[in-house]
Amino acid sequence: MTESTGTADVDGVAAAESGEGVRRRDFINIAAVGAAGVGGVVTLLPLVSQMAPSKDVLAESSTELDVSAIQPGQAVKAVFRKQPVFVRNLTAKEIEEANAVDVGSLRDPQTLAERTKEGHENWLITMGVCTHLGCVPLGAGEGENKGEFGGYFCPCHGSHYDTAARIRKGPAPLNLQVPEYEFTSDTVVKIG
Amino acid sequence: MSFPWANQYEPQNPLMKWVDDRLPLPRFVYNAIGAGYPVPRNLNYFWNFGVLAGFCLVLQIVTGVVLAMHYAPNALVAFDSTEHIMRDVNWGWMLRYAHANGASAFFVVVYLHIFRGFFYGSYKAPREMVWLMGVVIFLLMMATAFMGYVLPWGQMSFWGAKVITGLFGAIPLVGEPLQIWLLGGFAPDNAALNRFFSLHFLLPFVIAGVVILHIWALHIPGSSNPTGVEVKGESDTIPFHPYYTAKDGFGLGVFLFLYCAMLFFLPNALGHPDNYIPANPMSTPAHIVPEWYFWPFYAILRAFTADFFFIPAKLMGVIAMFGSILVWFFLPWLDTSPVRSGHYRPLFRKFFWFGLIPAMAVLFYCGGAPAEEPFVMMSQLATAYYFLHFLVILPIVASVERPEPLPYSITEAVLGSDDNAELKAAS
Ligand code: HEM
Ligand code: FES
Repeated sequence: MTESTGTADVDGVAAAESGEGVRRRDFINIAAVGAAGVGGVVTLLPLVSQMAPSKDVLAESSTELDVSAIQPGQAVKAVFRKQPVFVRNLTAKEIEEANAVDVGSLRDPQTLAERTKEGHENWLITMGVCTHLGCVPLGAGEGENKGEFGGYFCPCHGSHYDTAARIRKGPAPLNLQVPEYEFTSDTVVKIG
Repeated sequence: MSFPWANQYEPQNPLMKWVDDRLPLPRFVYNAIGAGYPVPRNLNYFWNFGVLAGFCLVLQIVTGVVLAMHYAPNALVAFDSTEHIMRDVNWGWMLRYAHANGASAFFVVVYLHIFRGFFYGSYKAPREMVWLMGVVIFLLMMATAFMGYVLPWGQMSFWGAKVITGLFGAIPLVGEPLQIWLLGGFAPDNAALNRFFSLHFLLPFVIAGVVILHIWALHIPGSSNPTGVEVKGESDTIPFHPYYTAKDGFGLGVFLFLYCAMLFFLPNALGHPDNYIPANPMSTPAHIVPEWYFWPFYAILRAFTADFFFIPAKLMGVIAMFGSILVWFFLPWLDTSPVRSGHYRPLFRKFFWFGLIPAMAVLFYCGGAPAEEPFVMMSQLATAYYFLHFLVILPIVASVERPEPLPYSITEAVLGSDDNAELKAAS
């Protein structure tokens, strides 16, 4: 044994312990670093999660709308969860155009019937949010550019939607989204 | 590291000696930007832009910190607080214009700095790390400038934020949740504005940190030069101070002259009038464009209008846009020519001036134009060339080209002869 110098005989201790298999010190090392590592990762959780939408943003909300004043061929922009919704009264010709398209040829195949409610096939209710990068397409307002397919046209990067608000040309991958809604009477829709 | 003949720091007054013995900061500065840093004697004005970029960073931090004293990052009042800075705060108009035009000036300077690297092959061994850090700085700058532009909460701010975070929505599976997480909501609102402000404040200091790494890495081999020939002896270099402090000082004067001309006479020339309209989530401006410094990348984003095999057009545009910058990370290994400078590379030079530069000019132009023909087709062709240039043309040129003869040394390039060259030849 060495004299008492105030320093531990580290080599001696290690040698004594390292007979065979796992040293007790290895176990302590791995356990300590492991626990600290898990703890470190867990503290990231609140840091990541705080960035997700807060409760008030997530709170369910709905919008009610009286559509009786909207004439065939007209559309209005409503607000749902701070985003625009297009409510459009399709003309017979527009419905015909939408139904004349070969669904198989579409980028996001859907029929007009799938995108409207039974008994209200003339009411096309979609989010006014381009599925490309989120601009508000033109075509709901009076005199706005409706694009090559007579529905909506997104000026940001040139996406054209048809009279069923289905993507026909341009970079957007999907049809304009149909939000959840129901007709609470013949003239009132509840969106959300 | 430095060259053996570098001047050594010898503190002149006792106070500096006292400090230097305890914290060698004076020595550090002396060796980094003082007489202790030997620099090739033949640097041209393209070597001014590094110092100018550093100046711009300081300019942005100073004006930014001051603006943050008056600005309020809340969606209800952000626009008004910006107008308050413009109209009520003493000198507020000048500080805001200085910051907004400072961002543009920063990008002009950095683009010229990168262009210098492209032409003179500054990214080649042993300076790969300098180049990689530079690309990181550029990415951080883009993020900072994007988030800064959102802060005034005008129409372009809002729709820029929407479109750019929409890019993340293109990523398969995680895209949409990721976008919602980034924004803290379904569309840009208060949560997004607040976090953008926080990060816009933070990132410039992160940039400052990476700048230190960039310069640290640079000072190991020392600066390159227009011939691309490495320093061979003492006659090839001169001390940074006073020679390049003087040259950079002159460059700074010219820069400030142009910058102040913009700041005081054309403060809104590079801005977009729609950003003086408060943000309106219900209506997108008819023609949304990012700030001019993002145009080339925006053009690449919009160049993809049809699905590419199984990859949707939207994702393809996003991949290409990020890829157009990420490809720079691989540049040191794509351009395998042992000759650095474009001066001695006849074939490289042709593709550089008649290929890459026109393609970038077209992308720049189309990025600011509406998403219509013929601009879409022009962007598509230019995008194709851009990637071809880096991924195919550069490696091929490097292997087939016969470079022109290089001077023996920097001294020979400057003076027409180098005594060392003759000694060497005689021995
Ligand atoms: C890399 C450096 C920086 C760049 C490229 C940059 C860029 C920008 C840009 C483009 C804007 C929008 C200007 C406008 O249209 O009004 C902006 C706004 C702003 N920035 Fe920065 N910035 C930088 C550093 C900073 C720093 C360090 C701070 C604060 C510590 C800061 C604080 C602000 C504030 C408060 C605004 C909003 C007021 C305004 O719109 O003028 N910035 N920044
Ligand atoms: S956001 Fe509509 S086309 Fe890009």
